[in-house]
Amino acid sequence: MSSPEVVFAGTDGGAVTELAEYEASGGLAALRRAREMTPDEIVAELNASNLRGRGGAFFPTGRKWSFVPKPEQNPRPHYLVVNADESEPGTFKDREIMLRVPFRFLEGCLIAARGIESTHVFIYIRGEYEREYEILVSALEQLRKGKHLGDVTVVVHRGAGAYICGEETALLESLEGERGQPRTKPPFPAIAGLYASPTAVNNVESIATVPPIIEMGGEEYAKLGVEDSTGTRVFSLSGNVASPGNYELPHGFPLKDLIYDVGGGIPDGRTLKAVIPGGSSTPILTAAEAERVTLDFDSLSQAGTAIGSAAVIVIDDRACMVQLGIRVSQFYEHESCGKCTPCRVGTRWLTQILKRIESGAGTHEDLDLLLDVGERINGTCLCPLGDSDAIAVASYVAKFREEFLAHVEEGACPFHGTSSLDGIVAPTDVHEAHVGPAEIPRPLEIVA
Amino acid sequence: MSSTLYDQIQAVRKAYPQSRSAIIPALRLAQEAHGGWLPEEAFREVADALDVTPAYCLSIASFYDMFHTEPVGRRLVEVCTNVSCALSGAQGVVEAFERELGVHVGDTTEDGGVTLRTVECLGGCGWATVVAVDNRHRLHVRAGDVAGIVKELDEQP
Repeated sequence: MSSPEVVFAGTDGGAVTELAEYEASGGLAALRRAREMTPDEIVAELNASNLRGRGGAFFPTGRKWSFVPKPEQNPRPHYLVVNADESEPGTFKDREIMLRVPFRFLEGCLIAARGIESTHVFIYIRGEYEREYEILVSALEQLRKGKHLGDVTVVVHRGAGAYICGEETALLESLEGERGQPRTKPPFPAIAGLYASPTAVNNVESIATVPPIIEMGGEEYAKLGVEDSTGTRVFSLSGNVASPGNYELPHGFPLKDLIYDVGGGIPDGRTLKAVIPGGSSTPILTAAEAERVTLDFDSLSQAGTAIGSAAVIVIDDRACMVQLGIRVSQFYEHESCGKCTPCRVGTRWLTQILKRIESGAGTHEDLDLLLDVGERINGTCLCPLGDSDAIAVASYVAKFREEFLAHVEEGACPFHGTSSLDGIVAPTDVHEAHVGPAEIPRPLEIVA
Repeated sequence: MSSTLYDQIQAVRKAYPQSRSAIIPALRLAQEAHGGWLPEEAFREVADALDVTPAYCLSIASFYDMFHTEPVGRRLVEVCTNVSCALSGAQGVVEAFERELGVHVGDTTEDGGVTLRTVECLGGCGWATVVAVDNRHRLHVRAGDVAGIVKELDEQP
């Protein structure tokens, strides 16, 4: 591939975990330049780059920073909070960024802090990332000894296992020592975030892209990728593919090339059945659709899905789509924080209806019931966790309706125990449902 | 109460503008001090150190998957069974652990040595199947590797 690496530049496939090595290859030059720039100039450079959030929401990073009031408008301390709570199933890119380019990431933190006129940085890293935490702490210590931090304090805060804490307001709650449950918005974090103070919350990859943008200039960065999806992206490729891994490629890269060229194709002589393009929250694509799309915001939106966290999960012809639905739905059921009723109850119902269909006891009505329950989750909660389940499951029903119907008509799973997902195991602590699937209200009863 | 745990928590809380922010790190320290889980005594200790109530500590601990409010084995084996790992054979890995350890998922071996759990995505989807042994991730684990991992656990109790 001739495409330039931006986030992983200078690593030669390895890791740069010693400050001297990082500086020898031009590291910290962007920080020095940024310290000669005004905060407004930094934000302007980000706006010119059109960098959009790499955590999944794709919100323009520069614009997010510009929402943070100036210190003279709001004298409370300003905070930069970095979301390193990577937990979207399929996604493992931020982890590799922290392992391989910890200094670029921390340099980005310092530049971003200057951009929003903050001297307090919190990095919220998921609790399961042990090695990544150690690498960050070591890199931070080297920067401190080298007196590169200036007046900025950086705290690496470890989570304790909760997908919902990747949602920015839940993350802030968790960081304040509360249960990680989303807040109502507005106010948005830029106005009242951590400790009710102006706060920017950014993803690891977004922040790690900041130093190269300052170095090469926003306009130059915007030449990479495609219109509206500028720059490169670290794609996490997993599932039934010969060479899974993280690959930094320009936005607009054809999905089929990622799977067949970069990823080495589908192993074991199997054929492609479906692709989840942006983490388990994004609608599924059929093999035919996957052939046509490119990996950018516009192409995937037009195909009815989303680039999300750029986590591409490849699924071959052995997988039962009802079982896939169960596994995905169990995840959201398990991770629902319980604050909003439609999500807390609806994700459980979706799992139960899917289990009924898988068991062969489902009816034609159950397909509509899945969609109906989903519709009653969508847009009714404080955060999109429940919507993610509803939208994902609805896409499986829509794209693989024949397979769902076959379960109903045969009175059994048409894979008869041969599905690659057969015997899927739910997390240990998923509580048993209090009501059986037969007791889920029918649509009319929900209305009443 | 162990003064070291109290002192450790005081050191951690200094990093935060508001001390309640230190509750996750404090519970983590308490869990380490209590053999990998959080008995009632641990909540009293954390509550004392952070000026909150034991009930508040429990409400936090019960929210997060990495805190255990029941005893666990000396070693903790957690198998990711989310989509990418499941597509790559995580079920076979779980079954192999059940066979080798002689326990069901969620249970601890009779000698209190090992607890086996299944967990949600550990963020190693491209290196499936991911198995966390005491939070250290083993990558590309196949069912055939499990006997070797269990043997290692026996050798380093």
